[in-house]
Amino acid sequence: MKFGTEIVVLSLFAFAALVAAGFGVEGPFRQHMGVLFFAVAGFTAILLRNTDFKPAAPIDTSVYMDGPIRYGAIATVFWGVVGMLVGVIIALQLAYPHLNIQPWFNFGRLRPLHTSGVVFAFGGNALLCTSLYVVQRTCRARLFGGKLAWFVFWGYQLFIVMAATGYLLGITEAREYAEPEWYVDLWLTIVWVAYLILFLGTILKRKEPHIYVANWFYLSFIVTIAMLHVVNNLSMPASFLGSKSYSAFSGVQDALTQWWYGHNAVGFFLTAGFLGMMYYFVPKQANRPVYSYRLSIVHFWAIIFLYIWAGPHHLHYTALPDWAQTLGMAFSIMLWMPSWGGMINGLMTLSGAWDKLRTDPIIRMMVMAVAFYGMSTFEGPIMSIKTVNSLSHYTDWTIGHVHSGALGWVGMISFGAIYYMVPKLWNRERLYSLRLVTWHFWLATLGIVVYAAVMWVSGIMQGLMWREYDEQGFLVYSFAETVAAMHPFYVMRAIGGAMYLTGALLMAWNVTMTILGHQREERPMPGSEPALRPAE
Amino acid sequence: MSYNLMREFADSWGLVAMALFFVGCIAFALRPGGKTQADQAAQIPLKDD
Repeated sequence: MKFGTEIVVLSLFAFAALVAAGFGVEGPFRQHMGVLFFAVAGFTAILLRNTDFKPAAPIDTSVYMDGPIRYGAIATVFWGVVGMLVGVIIALQLAYPHLNIQPWFNFGRLRPLHTSGVVFAFGGNALLCTSLYVVQRTCRARLFGGKLAWFVFWGYQLFIVMAATGYLLGITEAREYAEPEWYVDLWLTIVWVAYLILFLGTILKRKEPHIYVANWFYLSFIVTIAMLHVVNNLSMPASFLGSKSYSAFSGVQDALTQWWYGHNAVGFFLTAGFLGMMYYFVPKQANRPVYSYRLSIVHFWAIIFLYIWAGPHHLHYTALPDWAQTLGMAFSIMLWMPSWGGMINGLMTLSGAWDKLRTDPIIRMMVMAVAFYGMSTFEGPIMSIKTVNSLSHYTDWTIGHVHSGALGWVGMISFGAIYYMVPKLWNRERLYSLRLVTWHFWLATLGIVVYAAVMWVSGIMQGLMWREYDEQGFLVYSFAETVAAMHPFYVMRAIGGAMYLTGALLMAWNVTMTILGHQREERPMPGSEPALRPAE
Repeated sequence: MSYNLMREFADSWGLVAMALFFVGCIAFALRPGGKTQADQAAQIPLKDD
């Protein structure tokens, strides 16, 4: 393979980074550009080392392009373990403040590393690789645009590295789930537009007349994230050789833009995209068509029309006008219906095949994911009601809710998809071990249960302590007393998270061994083979 | 365009247009005779790999 153009372009890119590292107006920016220089220069060196001048083997364009998807599956597992590990670390930092190592590894810098690590690095790679897997197989067409898929994959990894290292250096826009600064945002915009062209181009050259519903969900995820990312990050850099930028909005408009982005990141990144996954991988693993295709269409349009309005429920009892708060609350409650419609559709896909729950740990994982989708979309609307929100907001209850959705729904459906895809992508007969999948399932499920239950208790206790008045109208508890009361729950939460992380490590082992071509000798799952009885 | 003009458009004609589009999508999905086509579409992932 020859990479002439790529090497020239990347060398210039690396040189530009080096110049910026030299002329940057502040220390963190110079260090960040140094990171960029070494990342791009290192990648260029790898391309140089892999260059040979043998005539290139012709590319068979009649088969699906699975190379970037294989890389994406590995990246999903890798970033998943990293992001969850950082989660356990910051959980322990909250319980034991001495674990804050200044300045690079304190809670304030590691927390966005955890959220971006699990949402954008783990979840984003899972969406990227499954969407490219699904769109080819349901359109019966090879990916559009030749090497474009490789650009999207590596460009997205560069975004992750730049975001993560920026947080550790203390570079942040301080917008939740959109912390990267302006230059990293611009890079993500370029990558995202390339992703849209790649996905849309593949749909346009499809051989299947109908566009399967999973692709609708994936496409809505890509388009909406593009819109949210661009609008939320409209800002003016203080210097083109510095990291600091100022938002185009101010005051409550800025807050609403932020939460319009923030909640729709949940709605379209963590929900719509993963619903696309559900509508392909659950039918595949169960080997049955989706329960009701027409319900899936209704599910799609209802989600699209309702989700975008729910953001203001993050700003109850703030300077945001009351009508906007009520609007956000009303739409959040209405979202209940499509969410549960979708959950029922996913679960009922197994109707007539419920025995698979006993014999197939992968389908069990997917069903648990859909069940958690139902549970967290039940809890969410309740928490968006103003009176409930006055108790739950700013407490650990919110953290518990987010994790029942993120660990239960997003995590489990991604694990299921990875377990389904990996043997297919590497042409293996089966996974290395199904028993390990069972272990992963139980560790993850129990980990979530511990986590969510502990955060309910801790959050409601915290909310009640904050609002406790004595008969003379004084607050009963100081803030530090509520923090001290939460210590045991913080320790238990870290244990729940560690169980979930252990499950993810088992997955990493299982996937690695599958890719290397090993099969563990083990008893088949009970009930997966017909039991023979002696003739009497 | 002033804020008030945009706001008035959004909660009158804009709202009607979006609501009608939504109802139209649902009605089209549930139209009589749509079931056969939907059942065929549901088979797409299962046809092959």
